[in-house]
Amino acid sequence: MGDDPILISARGLERRFGEIHAVRGIDLDVPAGQVLGFLGPNGAGKSTTMRMLTGFLEPSAGTVRIAGIDMADSPLAAKACIGYLPEGAPAYPDMTVEEFLRFIAKARGYVGAEATRRVDAALDLVHLGRVRRQSIETLSKGFKRRTGLAQALLHDPSVLILDEPTDGLDPNQKHEVRELIRKLGGERAIVLSTHILEEVEAVCTRAVIIASGRIVFDGTPQAMEAKAPATVTRNRLDWVFRSLTSASAVAEVTT
Amino acid sequence: MSAIEHAIPSGFRRTLCIFGREFRGYFTTPLAGVFLVIFLFLTAFFTFNVGGLYERDQADLRPFFQFHPWLYLFLVPAVSMRLWAEERRTGTIELLTTLPFTTANLVVGKFLAAWAFTTLALLLTVPTWVTVSWLGDPDHGAIVVGYLASALLAGSFLAIGSVLSALTKNQVIAFVICAVVAFLVLLCGFPAVLDIVRGWMPGSAGDRLAVALSSMSALTHFDSLMRGVIDLRDVIYFGSVIIGCLYINVLVVDWKKAD
Repeated sequence: MGDDPILISARGLERRFGEIHAVRGIDLDVPAGQVLGFLGPNGAGKSTTMRMLTGFLEPSAGTVRIAGIDMADSPLAAKACIGYLPEGAPAYPDMTVEEFLRFIAKARGYVGAEATRRVDAALDLVHLGRVRRQSIETLSKGFKRRTGLAQALLHDPSVLILDEPTDGLDPNQKHEVRELIRKLGGERAIVLSTHILEEVEAVCTRAVIIASGRIVFDGTPQAMEAKAPATVTRNRLDWVFRSLTSASAVAEVTT
Repeated sequence: MSAIEHAIPSGFRRTLCIFGREFRGYFTTPLAGVFLVIFLFLTAFFTFNVGGLYERDQADLRPFFQFHPWLYLFLVPAVSMRLWAEERRTGTIELLTTLPFTTANLVVGKFLAAWAFTTLALLLTVPTWVTVSWLGDPDHGAIVVGYLASALLAGSFLAIGSVLSALTKNQVIAFVICAVVAFLVLLCGFPAVLDIVRGWMPGSAGDRLAVALSSMSALTHFDSLMRGVIDLRDVIYFGSVIIGCLYINVLVVDWKKAD
């Protein structure tokens, strides 16, 4: 850490949906080389926060800077630096995998041989070559998720934001995606949300837990585990997660 | 650290990118085939059976064009209903709006693709024109203006439908409301409706209201162009309906995208 450039920077991020205060002031700096596991119960504001980081949602208050570019001032330049896998990996069902990736390549400004090279590289990276001419609606959940990953990785982005990248995958596919994320680290800043705590131990260098729209833990996965008392011998991360995000713990934080 | 900067295509290229995906999208589903066949069948049916093109003994395409507003009334909403409702239902709107596109790129690209599609359907009716030319000596200028009027009317309905599609995730609702709004936009120029207004409000006030209403009606401007002369006011009317609706569309997409 230390000298690595900060690629994702959020300051005082808030979001309201009418009466609901979904995100209540999040500050987050993610330098290059970090893989950040974003944890929290359902409805804690994980997706909402990620949607603000990627420019899908405008924050009610606060700022987002991607690679130093302010999302509110120059959304296109900021979005160009991000690879994003939205929740559920949405894609156009009537397109084939290859057509879909060609569309993404075009949207990212690649034409001709460069577009072809990018599409092929993305297909290779997530092992999708076999189904490249299959329409997306006929794909299994695993292949569909990988198509979403290929789409996010196509332009070799410096910032990767993945909303539940392993959700709904079988253990083999989960393992494959984790390997891929580990491989992708290095010079990128990666934020991924997950419900699987072992995943954080396996691939992340930092864990952030949010509950009721606030950060309740921010540290290494080791530090998170160390918060559990010695008497807890199994599922120590689960224990920490529960103790930090259960209703009573949250009430303590928010009052 | 590798260079972070990524190239962003020009606004034109971005819009073209959306246009291309959308336009091709029509042909990967049965929608294109069904729409084209029904449109061609109905135009032929109305032109020859209801409009009596042959029986009139006149070489023009009036019977052909005069039914277009009523065909568009339910055919155009069938095209426009999916424009945004589908993106919102499947979540692909999140993908689109986090790619380096402005909302205006998306709105214009999608609208132009839909318009190109209905214009293609319209161009497939050229054999009717050929038939009339073969049987007689029609005023070709008037026919060209007729095609222009028909395309402008379809574009206006599409722009209205596009806004309504962005307001809901449900395509059926988008269809029904678009058909109703298009009907009202036509109806307010209908002589029967204007007579009712004059009946309510006798004297000059009623006349003025009737004139104002009919000047807002797509039917009035469509009929005016049907006379075969391009009146700038009519073109401006359709142009401002399209541009106004697309502007509202951008606002609605930004407002509703995350719902």
